[in-house]
Amino acid sequence: MQLAREELEQAYKQMKTIREFEEHLHREIMTGSIPGFTHLYAGQEAVAVGVCENLTEADFITSTHRGHGHCIAKGCDVIGMMKELYGKADGLCKGKGGSMHVADMDVGMLGANGIVGGGPPLATGAALAAKLDGKGSVAVSFGGDGSCNQGPVFESMNIAAILNLPSIFVYENNRYSEHTHCDYVIASESIASRVEGFGIHTVKANGFDFFEVHEVMKELIAKAREGNGPCAVEFETTRFYGHFEGDPQNYRAQDELKNDRENNDCITIFKDKVTEAGLLSDDDINKLDEEVNSLIEESVDQAKKSPLPNPEDVTTDVYVSY
Amino acid sequence: MTEKTYREALTDALFLEMRRDENVFVMGEDVVGGTGSPHAEPGFVGGVFGVTGGLHEEFGLERCIDMPISEAGIAGTAAGAALAGKRPVAEIMFCDFMGLCLDQLMNQAAKFRYMFGGKATCPMVLRTTYGAGMNAASQHSQSLHPLVTAIPGLKVAMPSTPADAKGLLSTAIRDDDPVIFFEHKTLYTISGDVPDGEHLVPFGKARMVSEGDDCTLVATGRMVSFCENAAQALADDGITCDIIDPRTTSPLDEDAILDSVEKTGRLVVVDETPPRCSFASDIAALAAGEVFSSLKAPIKQITGPHSPVPFAKELEGEFVPSPTKIRDAVSEVVNFK
Ligand SMILES: Cc1ncc(C[n+]2csc(CCOP(=O)(O)OP(=O)(O)O)c2C)c(N)n1
Ligand SMILES: [Mg+2]
Repeated sequence: MQLAREELEQAYKQMKTIREFEEHLHREIMTGSIPGFTHLYAGQEAVAVGVCENLTEADFITSTHRGHGHCIAKGCDVIGMMKELYGKADGLCKGKGGSMHVADMDVGMLGANGIVGGGPPLATGAALAAKLDGKGSVAVSFGGDGSCNQGPVFESMNIAAILNLPSIFVYENNRYSEHTHCDYVIASESIASRVEGFGIHTVKANGFDFFEVHEVMKELIAKAREGNGPCAVEFETTRFYGHFEGDPQNYRAQDELKNDRENNDCITIFKDKVTEAGLLSDDDINKLDEEVNSLIEESVDQAKKSPLPNPEDVTTDVYVSY
Repeated sequence: MTEKTYREALTDALFLEMRRDENVFVMGEDVVGGTGSPHAEPGFVGGVFGVTGGLHEEFGLERCIDMPISEAGIAGTAAGAALAGKRPVAEIMFCDFMGLCLDQLMNQAAKFRYMFGGKATCPMVLRTTYGAGMNAASQHSQSLHPLVTAIPGLKVAMPSTPADAKGLLSTAIRDDDPVIFFEHKTLYTISGDVPDGEHLVPFGKARMVSEGDDCTLVATGRMVSFCENAAQALADDGITCDIIDPRTTSPLDEDAILDSVEKTGRLVVVDETPPRCSFASDIAALAAGEVFSSLKAPIKQITGPHSPVPFAKELEGEFVPSPTKIRDAVSEVVNFK
């Protein structure tokens, strides 16, 4: 836990912002005011934040259908994101993208993705650009356990390896792809053991613990920046809600969720660690909680008040010029 | 006849065809749900849209195969199994994901018979969903039937009613050529009378949805009911329409369309895709080329704009053709001087 006080506060605030963002959506989706398909990241916060706290705006990430956490962790404007999810004209993507397509080029966030396995080739391309620029930037692709079975993901890992790119493949193994258990669809012993077959240095780590994620990533990202080529991590993690809202989750073990919420809640684990070590007090945490809550309230308030898109804008931004 | 939903009608066809021919099997992501799960008995999903539900109880996991998220692998495995004598029915959850399997469809399945001098058959069906209307944004809302209709060697079916859903799927499974089968995701819950027992709807034979004198409307899938709505409103103004649902875009019932246009002298084609190189432009070109002298007004195409499908309701609503736009187009051609 060699982190400065501000770093600890920042990490906690980011994880908590993701959690509260998702908790709000969980409640709001039931009322029907969030259109489209929304996949919640609650439970996995330590991974997104533990990775992204090692990145700068000059680094790139690609995300998935379950992308809100990665977006917030990489520094996307939370208010702009909330507006986007409500389908508003001044949302981060002008209401064109929604939950599955949040993106912000200004902070190196190259997009959530509706296509499972769509991100890793793109991150590999961003890593190629970073290598050509020679300024030490890296690109991280986030992907679920299910994404590791896509051909383009295989191809991008091999390309990253042969070209020695600063491409970092993060696999968030939350055990399920939709309703399917990872053991059935992944033939190798683990995702990590498969990725190693591509000649990529791979680590398996505990994604419930921010500090472990942060430490593992710190080392790997530093190596990638120095030109040591690609690497990969398989994080064990859990999602606290269904694949989609309304998913009965009858494919999970009895008490699995209860156990995860009681023993594997990354935010509780973080809080316990920092308070027990005397690094942050309960008061500090409460103050951060208040800041987060007011940010989320503000974002919802603004999102509800924001203007609806103008139907004529359906044809804007198809091209740069035409 | 039994009243069934579009979804139930599709499931009905799968049960009947799997009973009839043991070479028929289904495969896809979560088509059973939970196969190999350490925690649950398989079978609680039955496809994310519920079409393959219950099949594994009768036919077992050997013929109802849950697949990893590997669309290229799914399409290619189906093509290979078909080449080797099986009749796979593969599910690709959203047609947008066909982007991943296009090589297997376009360069492989579509061309075996031709390239191999007529010596091969590839009797696979690739079932997929399409269409806007759920605010599912640009990668989950496309209507990609024009893309595959343009590829010689593939057949393309897109039912608009529960009865046609059953009849066309049964035909698709028995057909010896590869068939891409488009199910509109907003139609699964509509219901209608469906013939009991064996029901086959021939490919290349349009359905005359309604008959009239003033204008021909051609549409498929969800757009058929939009045309019916428009036609009802037009009837109040004394304008009557032929509504033709080709049911398969490949093969295409050209005669049904051309005969109708010769009768009415006017054509409006409706489709929820962008306009360029589309099914709508294909039909328009067909009529312009074949029955030009019968036309009393320019042909109108009511399509989406040249853009991806947007997320927000207001934008998506603008993308999708509406009954109002269809009605206005028909009024315009009928009043053309
Ligand atoms: C190419 C493609 N195939 C299928 C889907 C449908 N789908 C969306 S999420 C998902 C499961 C993804 O599982 P995983 O990669 O483990 O991510 P998680 O949902 O667990 O975060 C599937 C099958 C899709 N969006 N894209
Ligand atoms: Mg997963």
